[in-house]
Amino acid sequence: MKRVRILIKPKEGLLDPQGRAVEEMLRDNGFNAQHVRVGKLVEMEVPKGEDVKSIVEKFIINPLIEDYEIEEL
Amino acid sequence: MKFAVCVFPGSNCDYDTYYVIRDVLERDVEFVFYNEKDLSRYDCIILPGGFSFGDYLRPGALAAKTPLAEAVYESAQRGKFVIGICNGFQILTELHLLPGALLPNLNMRFICKDVFLRVENGETPFTREFDRGDVLRIPIAHHDGRYYVSEAELKEMEERGQILFRYVDTEGKPTESANPNGSVSNIAGVMNKEGNVFGMMPHPERASEDILGSHDGLMLWYSLISE
Repeated sequence: MKRVRILIKPKEGLLDPQGRAVEEMLRDNGFNAQHVRVGKLVEMEVPKGEDVKSIVEKFIINPLIEDYEIEEL
Repeated sequence: MKFAVCVFPGSNCDYDTYYVIRDVLERDVEFVFYNEKDLSRYDCIILPGGFSFGDYLRPGALAAKTPLAEAVYESAQRGKFVIGICNGFQILTELHLLPGALLPNLNMRFICKDVFLRVENGETPFTREFDRGDVLRIPIAHHDGRYYVSEAELKEMEERGQILFRYVDTEGKPTESANPNGSVSNIAGVMNKEGNVFGMMPHPERASEDILGSHDGLMLWYSLISE
């Protein structure tokens, strides 16, 4: 088995109100952070050779609103 | 016309919808559960509001992968009427039976209040008892109701008359302040190209009797059964 981590982000250009709220909070506290995006993380163990891309694209994300990256751990 | 009301773990407007069909419309209706695979005995399938599977992953995302959702998909392909209300609308977009997606409300809050809707197309099986331009008062209750669709697709949907309801002010104007969740182009309800699948975020079943404060949702049900 291998362990994979899927990082899910709101698609570029899509207004992310969670990210905006965090950014405003940071600014209100005197920090300068820009382009904050809040996403999700999914971890799973799969047999070697399992088609993780297919799992992610068919079941985990909605390609209309989300982008993803797969990391092998 | 025989109705089915779909029940997923976490559906919570299922009984309200069932009640309206059985007691107000006096039509045949049955509950069907998320592991059911056969919907052949129904003419109209309703996906009610609620929080199917706890809204985990995304609202509607897990419900869209159940045996029942597959049966809903097949029924829609065969031309049966399918209606999604609130979480049901989210499920229909996750199933790609309707274009677009539902995102978190712009203000990040759960919003529960009455809103005004304008009928944008009164010539569909879901709206034929209305006239274009009619303004209705119907409640919303959602956290993820911001309808999103690409600009190009929105244009095509407009041209095909797929937008059935928009959020408006009391005068019937689709202003920014009348848009409760930040939906693109103030959209509250849409239909598929073929004209048999329809989804909306507001709850017509909660506005189907005077005792509830509004019966403006009733005509939607009458539209369906008046053929």
